[in-house]
Amino acid sequence: MMNQDLKAHINEALKKGVRLDGRKKEEYRKIEITTGVIATAEGSALVKCGDTEVIAGVKLGIGEPYPDSPDEGVLIVGSELLPLSNPEFETGPPSIDAIEVARVIDRGIREGKTINTKKLCIEKGECVWTVMIDVLPLNYDGNLIDIGGIAALAALKDAKMLEVNDNKVVYGKRTKQSLPIMSMPVPVTILKIGDNLIVDPTEAEEAVLDARLTVSILEDGTLCALQKGGDASLSVKDINEMINLAVKKSQDIRRKIYEAL
Amino acid sequence: MESRYNKRLDGRGFEETRPIIARAGVINKADGSAMFRIGRTTAYAAVYGPRELHPKHLQDPKKGVLRCNYNMMPFSAEERVRPGPSRRSREISMVTEKALLPVVNLEDYPNAVVDVFIELIETDAGSRCAGICAASIALADAGIIMKDMVAAVSTGVIDHRIVIDLDGEEEHLADLDVADIPIAMIPSTEEITLLQMDGKASKEELFRAIEMVKPVLKRIAEVQRKALKEKYKG
Repeated sequence: MMNQDLKAHINEALKKGVRLDGRKKEEYRKIEITTGVIATAEGSALVKCGDTEVIAGVKLGIGEPYPDSPDEGVLIVGSELLPLSNPEFETGPPSIDAIEVARVIDRGIREGKTINTKKLCIEKGECVWTVMIDVLPLNYDGNLIDIGGIAALAALKDAKMLEVNDNKVVYGKRTKQSLPIMSMPVPVTILKIGDNLIVDPTEAEEAVLDARLTVSILEDGTLCALQKGGDASLSVKDINEMINLAVKKSQDIRRKIYEAL
Repeated sequence: MESRYNKRLDGRGFEETRPIIARAGVINKADGSAMFRIGRTTAYAAVYGPRELHPKHLQDPKKGVLRCNYNMMPFSAEERVRPGPSRRSREISMVTEKALLPVVNLEDYPNAVVDVFIELIETDAGSRCAGICAASIALADAGIIMKDMVAAVSTGVIDHRIVIDLDGEEEHLADLDVADIPIAMIPSTEEITLLQMDGKASKEELFRAIEMVKPVLKRIAEVQRKALKEKYKG
């Protein structure tokens, strides 16, 4: 139906190397990163990329550690596809798409050892810092994992620790101390539509994707998280090309994040 | 009666609101949208519709339905707000609907819904009023037929003193009696569409508060209209 027509149209254009909004296949929309936008958050960032606008906020708390890591702080990433941001999103508990966004962003940060969780231990086995990152779209026009991932990293970099009194946090009392941040694992999602690979998809492009691959990449090019999505399969050759493109793109994005901080 | 609250904590005049910023058309995918910021309290509102209402048993064959949804982002308060609806947010959604209904004309949209989503990205008291202000601009931006704007601001009585636009610190004054009275009004008719009160005040104080807030709400409505004009001046 409509999607079929849209797909045919996008595919035809891609064969000529053009996208609906005039971009090249490997071209991102303009990214703008602003940090420190929410005074009630310990860290925050607003990231605009084309018509997609994502806000990430970090809240800190003190809680019990997990039994299998008694001397490490706890990381929680949450996301919701706010119905405010797009007519397709509905109210209710987080959809599976929102859960995937949160989990893929979480995986990059966790496995990339972005936060030195050992430094967030207050009393072994008793109490540790919890770092809660919420990533929410204000405007949604595609690529939430990448843009949300960038927002999460910028918000973590922006975050300041809170004062502690008797193992309880004192809200509103921010210290000058930053979170122990050790790495910047940038997520880059590559879409496959027909025989074409593109980056930074819009909502329309996501609607017609065959497959996608999100690659989280560290400073030295090491990969720290992957997520394949979409109904179609990928060949080993596809995956190789997608990862190469993602690694190349991650360098530009990392530079952008550092420029903004 | 003499008040012991003779100077506001942030130095404002008693009838003075915090600085207000309003913008229309901030969410591209929405049919209408707005941002309304008063002090640090910042509300975004998006309007979607009129569109078909599901589930169907909620449809009204005579007119469209207005459905409001108020939500605080998890990082919008000092203590993290758990995602998902709470008793508080559901009540605020409901009173927001009632605050806006009297000005919107939904008779042309039978069986349809006009959805209003309000997200608070940061709060420092007065969030339901900021949400109503943003929603009112967003409804107009969406082209919904309206009799007037709805303007809202929290009004308060602190130890017998009427004050406009309480901030978080004032709401939590420990040793003085504080009544928080959120009020929404249709400025042209001075009819009240939202009235709540938390805390103690005499009947006479309440009416003084209502009188005092009228010109403030008319000024807020001007700010709301200006935001719309800014968007459409091209």
